Amino acid sequence: MSTPVREAPVRKEPVRAAAALGRAGGLLILAGALVAAMAASLAIGAENIPLGRVVDGLLHPDGSREALIVQDLRVPRTLLGVVVGASLGLAGALMQALTRNPLAEPGLLGVNGGAAFAVVLVIAFLDTRTSLVYVWAAFAGAAGAAVLVYAVGSYGRAGATPGRLVLAGAALNAVFSALTAGVMLLDPRTFDGFRFWQVGSLASRDLEVVAQLGPFMLAGAVLGLLLARPLNALALGEDAGRALGVSPARTRALGALAIVVLCGSATAAAGPIWFLGLAVPFMVRSLVGPDQRWVLPYSLLLAPVLLLAADIAGRVVARPGELETGIVTAFVGAPVFIWMVRRGKAPKQ
Amino acid sequence: MNRLVARDLTLAYEQRVVAEGLGVEVPDGSFTVIVGPNGCGKSTLLRALARLLKPREGAVFLDGEPILGQPAKQVARRVGLLPQQPVTPDGITVADLVARGRYPYQRLLRQWSREDERAVAAAMEAVGVTELADRVVDELSGGQRQRVWLALVLAQETPIMLLDEPTTFLDIAHQIEVLDLCSRLHEEGRTLVAVLHDLNHACRYATHLIAMRGGEIVAQGRPSDIVTAELVERVFGLPCRIIDCPETGTPLVVPADRRKALTAGML
Repeated sequence: MSTPVREAPVRKEPVRAAAALGRAGGLLILAGALVAAMAASLAIGAENIPLGRVVDGLLHPDGSREALIVQDLRVPRTLLGVVVGASLGLAGALMQALTRNPLAEPGLLGVNGGAAFAVVLVIAFLDTRTSLVYVWAAFAGAAGAAVLVYAVGSYGRAGATPGRLVLAGAALNAVFSALTAGVMLLDPRTFDGFRFWQVGSLASRDLEVVAQLGPFMLAGAVLGLLLARPLNALALGEDAGRALGVSPARTRALGALAIVVLCGSATAAAGPIWFLGLAVPFMVRSLVGPDQRWVLPYSLLLAPVLLLAADIAGRVVARPGELETGIVTAFVGAPVFIWMVRRGKAPKQ
Repeated sequence: MNRLVARDLTLAYEQRVVAEGLGVEVPDGSFTVIVGPNGCGKSTLLRALARLLKPREGAVFLDGEPILGQPAKQVARRVGLLPQQPVTPDGITVADLVARGRYPYQRLLRQWSREDERAVAAAMEAVGVTELADRVVDELSGGQRQRVWLALVLAQETPIMLLDEPTTFLDIAHQIEVLDLCSRLHEEGRTLVAVLHDLNHACRYATHLIAMRGGEIVAQGRPSDIVTAELVERVFGLPCRIIDCPETGTPLVVPADRRKALTAGML
C-alpha cells in the first residue's frame, strides 16, 4: 500500500512492525511446540505407542489394549497437562506483573497452602477416595485462603497494596502449612494419602476433572489476558498508571481474582506444582520484553509445553515406574532458571 | 473561567494536614510554575490537580465539573502527568514506552490505530527522540530518558500537562534542555503546570508563578511582577538580592553572602 503519510516521518515503523511480526511468529511456533508436546505425551510412556496407532486408537476405539491406554490414561493426562500448565503460566505472569516483582509466584497469595489444608482435612476426616471430592475441596480451600489473604492484606488504611498482599499470603501460607502438618501428624494414613497429592502429578486423574475445572480456567484465562493493557500502564508506576486513566484497585482486584481462579483450579487438579509459575514468565520476558500483551499469551503457551515435557521425562527416566511431574519440573527447571538468571539477560519487570 | 481550577482544598495524608482552604486557578495557556520550600505542599497540590489525591474537603474542577466525578479515561485525554519518579519497565524500548501514553484512547475492540501511530511518531519527533525509537530506555542518559517520558505524556495529547519536578535528577545542561522543551510545548498552545525546585529556573520559564509556604499561597502572578527580595525571604527564609537576568531579563535571585556576617560574629 502506498498511502501517503502526511505527519512526521515514521521511519522506525518497519523495525517495530518487524518486531511485532517476529513475536507473532514466535507465538505460532509455541503453539506448534504445544501440539508436538501433546502428541509426544500421547505416544510416550511405560509402553511406547507409535503415533499412527495413537491416532487409530482415538478415531476407532476398538477396545484394544493400546486404544485403552491412549483413551483412558494418556488423553486425560495430556489434556490436564495443557490446562494446568497454561493456568500456572498465566497466573505466574499476572502475579509478577501485579506485584512488579520478578520473583513473585502465584502460590504467594496463599492459594497452594489453602488448597493443601482443605485436602488434608478431606483425607483425614471424610472417608472418601473419589478424586473429585479432593478437587473441589482443594478449589474451595484455595478460594477461601485467597479471600482471607485479601481481607488481611487490605486491612487498614493503606489498602491492598501488592506488598501487603504478598506479606499476608506468606504469613497465611505458614499458618496453613502448620495446620496441615498438625492434621497429618494425627494419623499416619492421612500422611500417606496426602504426600502423593502434595508432590503434584498429572497421572491418574480422570477426564471429569478437566471437564469440571476447565470452565473456571477458561474464564480465568480470558479475564487475565484482558488485563494486559492496564497492567502495562500500571507498570509505569502507580501515579503514571492512574494519570493514564487506569484504576489500580480494580486492576489488582480483577488480577487477583484471575490468579486465584487459575492457580486454584490448577492446584485442585494436579496438586501444587511449584516453579512453573515462577520461571516461565521470567523466561518469557527475556524473550519478548516487558510488554504484557506478549508476556501473558507467551506464558500461557510456554508453560504447558514445559509441563508436558517434564511429565514425559518423568515417565521415561524411571521406566517402568515414573517420577512425579512436580518433582521433574523443579529438577529440570531449576538449573535452566539459574542459568538464565546468571546470564543476566532476563529483565526484572 | 479557566479549565483547571481548585476550590477550598483541604489536602491531607493520613493524619497530617498539608493545606487548608487552598484555592488555585491555572490560567489557560499559561506555563504555571509552583515553587516553595520542601514540605510546603506544592507536590501535594499538583497531585490533587492530577486527580491522584482525593481532597479531604473542596474539589478540583476540570472544565467546570468535579474532576473526581469524571471517568478516568476521559480525564486522561485532557490532563497528562509526568510523575516525579516514574518506573521504567526493564528492557522496554523508547517507542514502546511512548506508545503506552495512548492508553486513554484504547478500548477492548480498538486496540491500536493509525491515529495512535501518528501521535506516537509526532511525540517522539517533538522531543527529538525519533532516532532512539528502538533503543532500550535503561541505556539512555538521564536527559534522554526524561525527554522520552515527556514524549509519553505528549502522546497522550492532552491540552493540560502537569510536571512534578521534571528536572530534579538532571545536570544543569539537561535541566535547561528539558525546560526549553517544556517552554516550546507551552508556546505550541498547551497549558503546563510544573513544580520546580530552582527559583531562577521558575522565574526564567514561568508565565505564571505560584509561591507557596506552609500549605498557603503567598503570592502568584508574573515572575517579574511578584518576585522581590522580600518575597523570597518570606517564602524561603533566604536573604537575597534580585537582579535582572542578563540573558532573559527575568528576575534572578542572588543569595546574600552570610558567611562574612557569620565569621564576623565568631570573632
